[in-house]
Amino acid sequence: MSHEITHDGLTHDHKPKGFVNRWLLTTNHKDIGTMYLVFALAMFILGGAMAMVIRAELFQPGLQFVEPFFFNQMTTMHALFMIFGAVMPAFVGLANWMVPMMIGAPDMALPRLNNFSFWLLPFAFVVLASTFFMGGGAPAGGWTMYPPLVLQGGQNVAFLVFAVHLMGISSILGAINIIATIVNMRAPNVGYLNMPMFVWTWLITAFLLILVMPVLAGAVTMLLTDRYFGTSFFNAAGGGDPVMFQHIFWFFGHPEVYIMILPSFGIVSEIIPTFARKRLFGYVSMVYATAAIAFLSFIVWAHHMFSVGMPLGGQLYFMYATMLIAVPTGVKIFNWLATMWRGAMTFETPMLFSIAFVALFSIGGFSGVMMALAPVDLQYHDTYFIVAHFHYVLVPGSVFAIIAAAYYWLPKWTGHMYDERLGKIHFWWSAISVNVLFFPQHFLGLAGMPRRIPDYSTQFAEFNMWSSIGGFAFGLAQVFFVYIVIKTVRGGVKATDQVWDDAKGLEWTVPSPAPHHTFEEYKPVDLSKMAHGDTH
Amino acid sequence: MTEISENQYYVPHKAKWPIVACVGLFITVIGASIKFNNLDLEPTTPWLMYLGFAILIVMFFGWFGEVIKESEDNLYNKQVDASFRAGMIWFIFSEVMFFASFFGALFYARTFAVPWLGGEGTNLATNVQLWSGYESVWPTNGPGDLNGRFETISAFSLPLVNTLLLLTSSITITIAHHALRAGDRKKTIIWMIATVLLGATFLFYQVEEYIEAYQHLNLTLKSGIYGATFFMLTGFHGIHVTLGTIMLAVITVRLIKGHFKADDHFGFEAVAWYWHFVDVVWLGLFIFVYVL
Amino acid sequence: MMNKKTKKGLLVGSLLASTAASAEYKLNLTKGVSDYSAQVYDMHMLVLWICVVICLGVFGAMFYSIIAHRKSKGVEPAKFSHSTTIEIIWTAIPVLILIAIALPATKGMIQMDSPKDDKGEPVTMDMTVKITGYQWKWRYDYLEDGFGFLSTLAADSNIARQKGSGVDVSTVDNYLLEVDKPLVIPANTNIRFLLTSDDVIHSWWVPDFGWKRDAIPGYINEAWTNVKEPGTYRGQCAELCGKDHGYMPIVVEVLSKSDYANWLAEQTGDTVTNQPASVDTPQATDAVVNMIEQSSASETAEAMVQSAAQELVADDDAEQAETEEVDGENAADEAQQADGEWSMERLMARGEEVYNTQCLACHKIDGSGMPPAFPALANSAVVTGDIAKQIDTVVNGVPGTGMMPFGNMLPAEDIAATITYTRNSFGNDAGDRVQPADVEAAKQ
Ligand code: HEA
Ligand code: HEA
Ligand code: HEC
Ligand code: CUA
Ligand SMILES: [Cu+2]
Repeated sequence: MSHEITHDGLTHDHKPKGFVNRWLLTTNHKDIGTMYLVFALAMFILGGAMAMVIRAELFQPGLQFVEPFFFNQMTTMHALFMIFGAVMPAFVGLANWMVPMMIGAPDMALPRLNNFSFWLLPFAFVVLASTFFMGGGAPAGGWTMYPPLVLQGGQNVAFLVFAVHLMGISSILGAINIIATIVNMRAPNVGYLNMPMFVWTWLITAFLLILVMPVLAGAVTMLLTDRYFGTSFFNAAGGGDPVMFQHIFWFFGHPEVYIMILPSFGIVSEIIPTFARKRLFGYVSMVYATAAIAFLSFIVWAHHMFSVGMPLGGQLYFMYATMLIAVPTGVKIFNWLATMWRGAMTFETPMLFSIAFVALFSIGGFSGVMMALAPVDLQYHDTYFIVAHFHYVLVPGSVFAIIAAAYYWLPKWTGHMYDERLGKIHFWWSAISVNVLFFPQHFLGLAGMPRRIPDYSTQFAEFNMWSSIGGFAFGLAQVFFVYIVIKTVRGGVKATDQVWDDAKGLEWTVPSPAPHHTFEEYKPVDLSKMAHGDTH
Repeated sequence: MTEISENQYYVPHKAKWPIVACVGLFITVIGASIKFNNLDLEPTTPWLMYLGFAILIVMFFGWFGEVIKESEDNLYNKQVDASFRAGMIWFIFSEVMFFASFFGALFYARTFAVPWLGGEGTNLATNVQLWSGYESVWPTNGPGDLNGRFETISAFSLPLVNTLLLLTSSITITIAHHALRAGDRKKTIIWMIATVLLGATFLFYQVEEYIEAYQHLNLTLKSGIYGATFFMLTGFHGIHVTLGTIMLAVITVRLIKGHFKADDHFGFEAVAWYWHFVDVVWLGLFIFVYVL
Repeated sequence: MMNKKTKKGLLVGSLLASTAASAEYKLNLTKGVSDYSAQVYDMHMLVLWICVVICLGVFGAMFYSIIAHRKSKGVEPAKFSHSTTIEIIWTAIPVLILIAIALPATKGMIQMDSPKDDKGEPVTMDMTVKITGYQWKWRYDYLEDGFGFLSTLAADSNIARQKGSGVDVSTVDNYLLEVDKPLVIPANTNIRFLLTSDDVIHSWWVPDFGWKRDAIPGYINEAWTNVKEPGTYRGQCAELCGKDHGYMPIVVEVLSKSDYANWLAEQTGDTVTNQPASVDTPQATDAVVNMIEQSSASETAEAMVQSAAQELVADDDAEQAETEEVDGENAADEAQQADGEWSMERLMARGEEVYNTQCLACHKIDGSGMPPAFPALANSAVVTGDIAKQIDTVVNGVPGTGMMPFGNMLPAEDIAATITYTRNSFGNDAGDRVQPADVEAAKQ
């Protein structure tokens, strides 16, 4: 076994030879980051393909393509693939690539564990996807897995539960690694308030993950024993309560949605200053706002459950607490605006996606505040209004931020510039179609269309048609994105080390493409190169 | 072999054990799923699951063996040590949250679900219409009287003994730790052996208790919400004690082999932390599951 | 960015325009038909406008900045990077706005939970309807009047919605929003709903009433309404409840008080329904005793005592009525009914009707089922084999599967007819008949 350590300069690569050595056994944060990103893209395509089935079936009233039961499997698996397969791994991939580079660390703190966190995911998704091929089909009870319905799932219950366990272990270990890295591996002169915003948001996200993923694991374990071992956690006859699952699930689930948005906030906070050529406005208040959102996210979970018949006091409390989240989130939005204000902006693709993020995420946030009002939520709940809300925060929210990050850092990863013209086409195509896709869903929801239905009464036909058209267009745009990425990986204009004009951040001080090993010596870095903080 | 300078961080070049761990877990869960789905068929051996376990056990020895070797080869510096510490602390914290979900279920059932079934608050109709005659009590197997009458384990019999055992073991491991820091190897080993024995005794009594519950008290997993919370909490705790005891034993063997220095013994400390965590969870259990 | 905004504006505009063309279209929440739903609507509009205004502010600032502060205009980037004053301002203002929204919302919430009339007196409930969700139908029990019935997706919708049915759904009246037997309630009456479920969680939602409430197995949730306008109001199950979640509509017919009285007389008078009114009748006596013990002066408790007592009576009625006919439309039928024998034609006709409402969800219209989860009835060993086994399957269900015990949901006649129908359709030709009496016997 070789224990040698690379002493060489930054440019000398020590990439292991052969597929197995390079990828399967790797401990290198950049390679693991790449694998996470590729995996996430693959899951995004699969989850997106399921969304296309959903949109195709909903194109017209009446059943055209799939049976209702299969439709429910599509809805459920679409959400599970997108959340646990696409968005979360994409963020972890970005963290793997960027966090060590942004704080001047040689690698992640626990490299072996890092490999483990990644490789668990493909196995988890094989377990999950295998349910498609068994009697009784894939899970069809919604991604929220509410009992008793989910327990009717036949054989898939065990597979679903264990798949969630594996994903949970992966996320927890990944989060532990990120915390250890940020806490312990910063270059000696990098203080917490020197860290880039992306690192900050990920640090806080990692705490959220450690706090809530085990709770999800506990919840699904109770499903498992209720299904197979006769316990009655969620069975009233035995003194349990189906609603109890919802409380435990949403104690996980609500922080989970912020797990899917906080790193996006970080990404956007990196990109906007670069292209506004101005420092991030209110860095410290951004940090506090992120922490406040994270804290609040733990005490608002039951806003998903206003219709279950909670005692009045509970409803009121959860309503007030939920509304409060708008305040720190507003601070972030306003800070981004102030960053742009009187800057000298240019509009390369990452900036375009970031601006669209700010605008469209706000729309999703506003519908969130509307739903926070308990009495009105009794109308909105479980309608397409909700579907519109969370897709606005997730698709032009999280996904746009991930796409922006990809464009922003691709030159650093591959050493090639992406094709700016194609990037702009991709942006306009996506930004328009995503609104055609999700904006009409607001109207559908208000007009009374419930979610999770394969067929609807004819009064909803027109908006659904629009939404489906937008869906197909948006889907194709993402195929186009895959093309752009592959093209960039294979060649293109050589990227400079700095890439963007005057972008701050240690990642721009290393060569493009970033060599296999960076910052191998534990020594102070040039703080004036760092993006934020009150150090300059 | 290169010596590590203080300003370099050791990054292993290749790691084969993680992928073995993945395969092991994969086989385990597939095996377990197949077994669970066939529970009501004739008893079959879940050999696939056992195969997965076997791989996992091999993996643990391999993975930790490699880490121990690297540690003994002085590849780790203070910074690596700090990473391990952070890793262990947050891992334990995640375990705390795992137990929190079951404690949450217990509190929810006791303060909300069961009283509601008994008609409390705005739930009079629930009681009268659906479960008339049911009175909210704890312990309960629910208004459906699932699995019939049962009795509970009295807090001040075996559980009290177990509490004392675990508390004592916390003390013994602390004594061992002090001895290790003082460089008294022999004393360390003796107190560690005592700790392992206490852990094992605890497990023995726990098994006794389960046998008693199943065979004489008719208290089973199927005994409504009481049985469910009781066995889930004590069961997962028991699994953690088992793991903890194995870890203690491994540490003891390593001590005997002469690993660990007075000023550098993270492996020992990690296990000690874990053991304290298991101990604290037990105190919670003792109070909320047995006494109250 | 401008470009995008305009495009979006155009899009919304064109959607609005196409909407104007079709009167049925709705873009917004309904005002509904009760005081409460109107209150909810007002709250919705309030917060909607507040959000629109803030949104315009945010977008306005952003687009101004995008236009004015771009590098191509040759501007120099400013150097400022924080300002405590402005940060305090934009933290405080949202807080104030939120408080302004929270106030009416709090009032609304309290009104739903413990309703008060204009004078601030607690509202008393005039009648109680118990709503039970099943996969995939609703059951309505009029507790005071001791009867109840199932309400299922209407047959024409049900046939049209099958995949490959060839029916153009736009030709079906109220496609997916029609039931065989709607819930009927009087206008201008305070009505309490008790919601529960017999299998998974459902959610009862009529948008015009302004709320939805989950129907949770083993628990009862309460809600109430007071509808001002007689009319027909439609809604749907709003909680995913399995494969036919999209096919359990709700139709409420609100009648004027006098019409309602007539309707009620029809239900309880000469044509007593023979469906058991309550799922758990045996303990009803205890229930009353229990109730009286528990009931303080609480207004709810009192009402409950009443309804529980009435339920007792109802149970007796139901038992007596159990051998009587359900719907005495057909005189000839009634004659046949008298001697308890049903003809093959009659069984088959009724059977087809029931099958197409109750069974086809799982076993499909042609009996092909959806194996492996839902077995085919065509050529099934059970359906072509021993009658007793099939009666047992349908009456008692198959525990742990979707096949539920229809014995306590459908009258014996319907079950007998359906079984006969399945045994002599889809290519099955057992040729035998099942009589209601056989089913009665199996129920014991
Ligand atoms: C990235 C994911 C994400 C994010 C960030 C959010 C953000 C928010 N969400 Fe959302 N939500 C989801 C993902 C997300 N949500 C998902 C997936 C579901 C459905 C789950 C399911 O059932 O399957 C859901 C469901 C959901 C519900 C349950 C609805 C129901 O089922 O009945 C509610 C109710 O309160 C809610 C509220 C909110 C609020 C208040 C915010 C806030 O954080 C928003 C804050 C932002 C703003 C408000 C905009 C910017 C602010 C300003 C410009 C300041 C000034 C503004 C004001 C003063 C109003 N969400
Ligand atoms: C991060 C999370 C995430 C993301 C990114 C998405 C992305 C999309 N979602 Fe999803 N969605 C959820 C999370 C997400 N969703 C959740 C949590 C639910 C709730 C589930 C539940 O109720 O339990 C849900 C539910 C949901 C519904 C409601 C289903 C129902 O209630 O019955 C719909 C319906 O339109 C929908 C559509 C879409 C579409 C069109 C996209 C698009 O953005 C996808 C675009 C991507 C692609 C299309 C992939 C790339 C292209 C190809 C694969 C090639 C093929 C292309 C063509 C044929 C054109 N989603
Ligand atoms: C919720 C779905 C559902 C509905 C509605 C339903 N069934 Fe079934 N039925 C099932 C399932 C699932 C089974 C298989 C049970 C098993 O595993 O043995 C089944 C089995 C049967 C069988 C035994 C068939 C065989 O070959 O084993 C008969 C007969 C039957 N159903 C008749 C009916 C009739 C008559 C109705 C309507 C009154 C009906 N079912 C409604 C789900 C349903
Ligand atoms: Cu019943 Cu959905
Ligand atoms: Cu939430």
